[in-house]
Amino acid sequence: MCGIVGLFLKDRALEPELGAMTAGMLATMCDRGPDSAGFAIYGAGAPDRMKLTLRGPAGTDFYAIEGHIGAATGGDMKIEVRDTHAVLSVPERALADVRAALADTHPEIDVVSFGKRVEIYKEVGRPDLVAERFGLASMAGTHAIGHTRMATESAVTTDGAHPFSTGADQCLVHNGSLSNHNRLRRELSRDGIVFETENDTEVAAGYLSWRIREGARLDEALEGALSDLDGFFTFVVGTEAGFGVLRDPIACKPAIMAETDKYVAFGSEFRVLADLPGIEIARVWEPEPAHPYFWEHA
Amino acid sequence: MPVVDLGSASIRELNQSLHDLGPDTNETHWSVLNPRGAHAIAAGLQVPVTVEIDGHVGYYCAGMNKQAKVVITGNAGVGLAENMMSGEVRVLGDASQAAGATGHGGLLVIEGNAAARCGISMKGIDIVVKGSVGHMSAFMAQAGSLVVLGDAGESLGDSIYEARLYVRGTPKSLGADCIEKPMTGHHKAKLRARLDAAGIGGEVDVSEFRRYGSARTLYNFHVDNVAAY
Repeated sequence: MCGIVGLFLKDRALEPELGAMTAGMLATMCDRGPDSAGFAIYGAGAPDRMKLTLRGPAGTDFYAIEGHIGAATGGDMKIEVRDTHAVLSVPERALADVRAALADTHPEIDVVSFGKRVEIYKEVGRPDLVAERFGLASMAGTHAIGHTRMATESAVTTDGAHPFSTGADQCLVHNGSLSNHNRLRRELSRDGIVFETENDTEVAAGYLSWRIREGARLDEALEGALSDLDGFFTFVVGTEAGFGVLRDPIACKPAIMAETDKYVAFGSEFRVLADLPGIEIARVWEPEPAHPYFWEHA
Repeated sequence: MPVVDLGSASIRELNQSLHDLGPDTNETHWSVLNPRGAHAIAAGLQVPVTVEIDGHVGYYCAGMNKQAKVVITGNAGVGLAENMMSGEVRVLGDASQAAGATGHGGLLVIEGNAAARCGISMKGIDIVVKGSVGHMSAFMAQAGSLVVLGDAGESLGDSIYEARLYVRGTPKSLGADCIEKPMTGHHKAKLRARLDAAGIGGEVDVSEFRRYGSARTLYNFHVDNVAAY
C-alpha cells in the first residue's frame, strides 16, 4: 500500500499556495505510507538555465561543491540547500559538463532530478516530517506530485522512495507493482535510458521518458504504457507543462480525482482532497481504468 | 434527532453510539456531518434506524449493515455496504469499486455510477445502479440481483452461479459462463419489484432491460477438460 497525491493548478493566483496545499495532502497520506515520502514541485524556471536537485549523505557540505565543479559552469552557479538536498542552478549549455564533474568529484551525491523547473525531494521518515524538513509548505509552483511509501517488497531506503525521474522535467509516482520491469529495463538501457536502481517504478519512469524522447506527447506515452507495462499500477506523472494520470486495466489500486475551474487534484483516497478550497463544488470522480488523463499548460 | 459532526467527534465515537442502540430505541434518525472521506462510517449497524451522511465517505461505509437505512449524499469509496445482511444503503453520488461485495441481503441503491467489481461475490443482496457499472461486476455472483440502468463494463457476471443481472444499456462483454437469458413476464415482475423498492419504478420501462445469468456449465467438472490440469 502506498499513497499518491497530485495537484495541477489552473488558477495562477493559487501558485504561491501550491506547496502548502501539497503538504496538507501528503500529511493525510501518512496512514497509507509511513516509511518514506517524496515530492516533485514545478516551480519557477529561468531562461537558458537548468536546475539539478542533488541529494547527499547527512552532513554533506553542498557549498564545497562549487570549488570542484566551478570550471564546468564557468563560475555561473547558484545553490540553495534544503536539508539533505540542494538545488543547483547552472547555465543550460553546461549541464552535461556539470553532471560529469559531479560524478567525478562527488560520487556520493545523487542527481535526483534535472530540468528547467522541476525539483524533487525524497527521504526516509514520516511524510509530514519529510515535507517539513524540506520546507514544502513555503514552495510555490504550477503543479506538484507526491508519494508516501509503505515498503512491502524492498528495504526502506531513500533510493526506493518516489518520485522517480529519468528525463528532464519528468517524474512519476506509482502505487502498485510491475512484473516485466527487468526485461523492459534491459531494452530501455540499450536505448540509452539510464537507471540508478533496481526499482520497478524507475522503469516505468524510464519508459515514459523514452517514449517522450522518441516524440510522443504525454498522453501518447501513457497510452503506450498500457500495452508495454505488465502489472498493477496507478501512475501520476509530471512534465514541465503537464500532469497525467493512468490506471492499469484491472484498476486494483485506488484513485480519486477532483476538478474545479482553479485546479485538478488527485488522491489515493478522498480524504486527501477534503481540505482543498472549493472541494464542495468540485467535480469528484474515479478515473477510468486504462484511460490516460492529462492536463497541460499552454 | 442526534447530529454527529465528524469535524469534532471521532469515527469510533459515532460508530460506538450507533452500536449501543437497542432495537426499541427512540433515536431512529441520525445525521452525520463532515465525513470528509473517512473510512468505516456507520459500519456494523444492527437496528432499524436511519443514518444520513452529508458528504463524501471513504472505504467500507455501512459495511455489514443489518436493518438500518444509511443514506450518503456524496460519493462513496471502496467497499460500500460490503457484506450487507439487510436494510437499505443509498448513495446519491458514485460508488467506488466492490460496492455491495459479498452482500447477503438488503437493498443497495447507487444513484450515480459504480466502479469495477460491483456486487462481486454477491450472495442475496439486491443492487440497483442508476448509472453504469465497471468491469467484472457480479463476478462469482451467487444469489440476489444486480439492476443496471446504464451500461456494464467488461466481463459482466464472470463465473456467475445464480444471481440475476438486468441491464438496460449494453454490457461491454460477458464473462465466462455468463449468457443472455429470456426476459419473461415473471422476470419483468421481479425487476419491477426491485425498481419499485429503489423508488424508481415509475421512471423506468422494464421491457427495455435484458437479462443475464449463469449458463451453469462451470458447476461440475467435465472430463473432457482433464487435459487442462
